[in-house]
Amino acid sequence: MNRILIVAEHAAGKLNAAVAKCVTCATTVPDAEITIAVLAADGAAVAEAAAAIAGVARVRVVEHPANEPALAAVLAPQIASLAEGHSHVFGPSTTFGRDLMPRVAALLDAAQLSDIMSVESARRFRRPVYAGNAIVTVEAAAGQKIVATVRIASYQPAAQGGSANIESVKLDLRPPTHTRFVSVSAAKSDRPDLQTAARVVSGGRALGSAENFALIKRLADRIGAAIGASRAAVDAGYAPNEMQVGQTGKIIAPELYIAIGISGAIQHLTGIKDARTIVAINKDAEAPIFEVADYGLVGDLFTLIPEIEKNL
Amino acid sequence: MRRILVGIKRVIDYNVRVRVRPDGAGVVTDGVKMSINPFDEIALEEALRIRERGEADEVVAISLGPDDTQQQLRNALAMGADRAILIRTDLAVEPPVVARAMHELVKRESPMLVILGKQAIDDDCSQVGPMLAAFWDRPQATFASKVEISGETVRVTREVDAGLETIEVDLPAVVTTDLRLNEPRYLKLPDIMKAKKKPLDIAALEAIGVEPAQRLSILRYQSPPQRQKGAMVKDAAELVAALRQKGLV
Repeated sequence: MNRILIVAEHAAGKLNAAVAKCVTCATTVPDAEITIAVLAADGAAVAEAAAAIAGVARVRVVEHPANEPALAAVLAPQIASLAEGHSHVFGPSTTFGRDLMPRVAALLDAAQLSDIMSVESARRFRRPVYAGNAIVTVEAAAGQKIVATVRIASYQPAAQGGSANIESVKLDLRPPTHTRFVSVSAAKSDRPDLQTAARVVSGGRALGSAENFALIKRLADRIGAAIGASRAAVDAGYAPNEMQVGQTGKIIAPELYIAIGISGAIQHLTGIKDARTIVAINKDAEAPIFEVADYGLVGDLFTLIPEIEKNL
Repeated sequence: MRRILVGIKRVIDYNVRVRVRPDGAGVVTDGVKMSINPFDEIALEEALRIRERGEADEVVAISLGPDDTQQQLRNALAMGADRAILIRTDLAVEPPVVARAMHELVKRESPMLVILGKQAIDDDCSQVGPMLAAFWDRPQATFASKVEISGETVRVTREVDAGLETIEVDLPAVVTTDLRLNEPRYLKLPDIMKAKKKPLDIAALEAIGVEPAQRLSILRYQSPPQRQKGAMVKDAAELVAALRQKGLV
């Protein structure tokens, strides 16, 4: 039996959609029994959402005021303690998981596999390296826990309909005080979330200014899409950092990805190669983005965006 | 002495198009340009700025790797690091081993800050910073886009999925850098000459008491599946019609 512990990412009482994708990954480990760990100030709503994911056997909840907002130095010792008796500890490869899981691995004296994209056996996994220019098959030595982050763009969310047991766990907690949350500034938006959206419209340096980037927003709103941006557009201040798509930004897998004024650096393509359909609009017919696009359209974006809107 | 340690990793240059070797045993490295991991350059730049503001006295560049890593450490010295330490090994060390070795250096050097890149662009693991912080039992502030020191605390703005998060941590601490923290300075020829005289200490990994445990084995490298190039459409109407036919808009 492989006993897999999945760390729940959540905020404001809502379970992050990445968790159901981690469950899908965990169910591909042979003979898996899946437990979700919820560390929260008040974990009731999150625990219920976690228990409703199909394939989850158990939800364990640790409640403590220090657990929200999430800080890796506070959470890691609790995860390490909950990990006892588990063969695997998984978290999402979001900024939450990438911050937390290596700290957990160190406390468990375990090795970590980052961004697993497929499970070959209980100890053998595939993961991308070199910005996705190579895929490695990695095997973990026997007799040690496996800590991993799950590349969420590689998995669909597990179905609803589970009814896992929820149990409260009391840990002897002395949370460190050396790390203190100050604030988070997140753009409030009714748009779909970039990482889970079915459609994404993305803009690049060719937009030329933050004002012009509004064209991307307008088109995105028209088709109910999330907004993305290339690194160049974010560096130039046209779009905020959380919109960056690529090796060092978000890795996404929407049904439709529309890249406008993005040349297609390899680091950007890494972030979109799992998209079902890629559309590229660029005035340079030689731009590398056209090599991966399902539909390419050469022309001036300032003319083409209004024309697309007219045809919708 | 208020000291900052900066991690430097030797990696295949950012601009090289990496290819898998035909035998699947690795990627092509013959004749390929090697550089400092770009996130580590940002880490070094930040450390230098902190020193230049008078908030630290000394910047030490540290690395693990083969002898050739001296090139990258010399570049770090040319950028402005005061001295460098190479922990020499020819093994492909895993992140926990790197973090353990850095922890040994931390015990010897007692830094106020350790600044590392958030990830290396070769293995894309993104692990060493939080692992070092755990071994050291000190705070971590990952994915930093702003670092402000005041007395014995540092306030760090972090690039997280939701937007920008600010945390405050007590020193000493580990910070890992994101892209927009700063723009690293360019090397100047006189500085490259001067860097040859700066101290670069070399110690073997075994000599600092770290076991190079190998717990993961890479069985093979493969090229990723290539996307097929699709069709060019002639105008917006044709594009929208194609997307509509597939039920995408």
